[in-house]
Amino acid sequence: MRPSAARLLNILVPIKRTVDYAVKIRVNPDQTGIDLNVKHSMNPFDEIAVEEAVRLREKLKDEIKSIKVVTIGPPKSSETLRTALAMGADSAVHVELPDSAPAPEPLGVAKALRAVIAREKEKGGVDLVIMGKQAIDDDAGQTGQILAGLMDWAQATFASKVVLDVGKKEATVTREIDGGLEELRCRLPLVVTTDLRLNEPRYASLPNIMKAKKKPIEKLTPADLGIDLTPRLETLKVEEPPKRVGGGKVANVDELIAKLKEAGITAAKA
Amino acid sequence: MMASKATRLRVIALYKDLHRLGREYPDPSYNFHGKLRGLFEKNKDLKDEEEIEKAIKLGEYIRNETIALYSLRKYRHLKRMYPKDSSSDPFLT
Repeated sequence: MRPSAARLLNILVPIKRTVDYAVKIRVNPDQTGIDLNVKHSMNPFDEIAVEEAVRLREKLKDEIKSIKVVTIGPPKSSETLRTALAMGADSAVHVELPDSAPAPEPLGVAKALRAVIAREKEKGGVDLVIMGKQAIDDDAGQTGQILAGLMDWAQATFASKVVLDVGKKEATVTREIDGGLEELRCRLPLVVTTDLRLNEPRYASLPNIMKAKKKPIEKLTPADLGIDLTPRLETLKVEEPPKRVGGGKVANVDELIAKLKEAGITAAKA
Repeated sequence: MMASKATRLRVIALYKDLHRLGREYPDPSYNFHGKLRGLFEKNKDLKDEEEIEKAIKLGEYIRNETIALYSLRKYRHLKRMYPKDSSSDPFLT
């Protein structure tokens, strides 16, 4: 008698190449955007997503069949994919946009991801999407939710803990919400978005980076997926927040009282 | 007696790892690469196996401490910018 095929999960981790978290953001002179001629790296919340996928495999071993990362971005985004591969993902998909193309919007990204998931159907489909809750450049925090809506899948956002039951095709996710934690039991397929407190991503060591060079990156264009990434929003203006006004120094208590009186604080007496 | 080939490869791998880490050091006035080179060159003539092992262990310790520094720095920054409690807005002073 043939043993039944063990349930195996395919995990998809969408990631984004964003301005590095440590960079001091500067608005460009035209006030149309920020200076992008700076260091870029993987969105920190997406690092947490990749880490979670790798940890799930470390825990569940062969029950996780594949961990695939995907990004929609310019040619340089492939460096971000290589970092994810070095952290432990098996393969990658790069939906490549020209350098001149405008940054895709959450709805566009979600549609692209839907198309990628449809393509994966022949290879067994996608059971779990783990992605960052928001990108640190636009802070939109929408893509995961839109994707779940488009796919008609369950969603568990701001996850601080994920426990998978592969046999039951279920996940128990603890969510960070205002005022505490919420625990959800979700049927797969599922979209999970990661909160900061989910895990601490590993540093990709040099040997792993070398190994990652051999892992496959499939290149696609939006046309291959049949999607249109034309922005629906127009950015009118970008400006810095008002500069903080510095405090002044006073020489002695009398001066302090004089200044307080000037400011109209009646309680200040000579 | 020269260090074995295996040890030599370990030392070179450690150097490359530390060198790559040094590119992201947050303080530009700290001469990470200069110090790295200096410390490795100082030990280049070591012959005793135990001493070599000790030096490698120190190098690995520094590498792990540097990685921890980067992780903590990033985590602290993100925790400040994305607080757990939505009412503690980092931009409200």
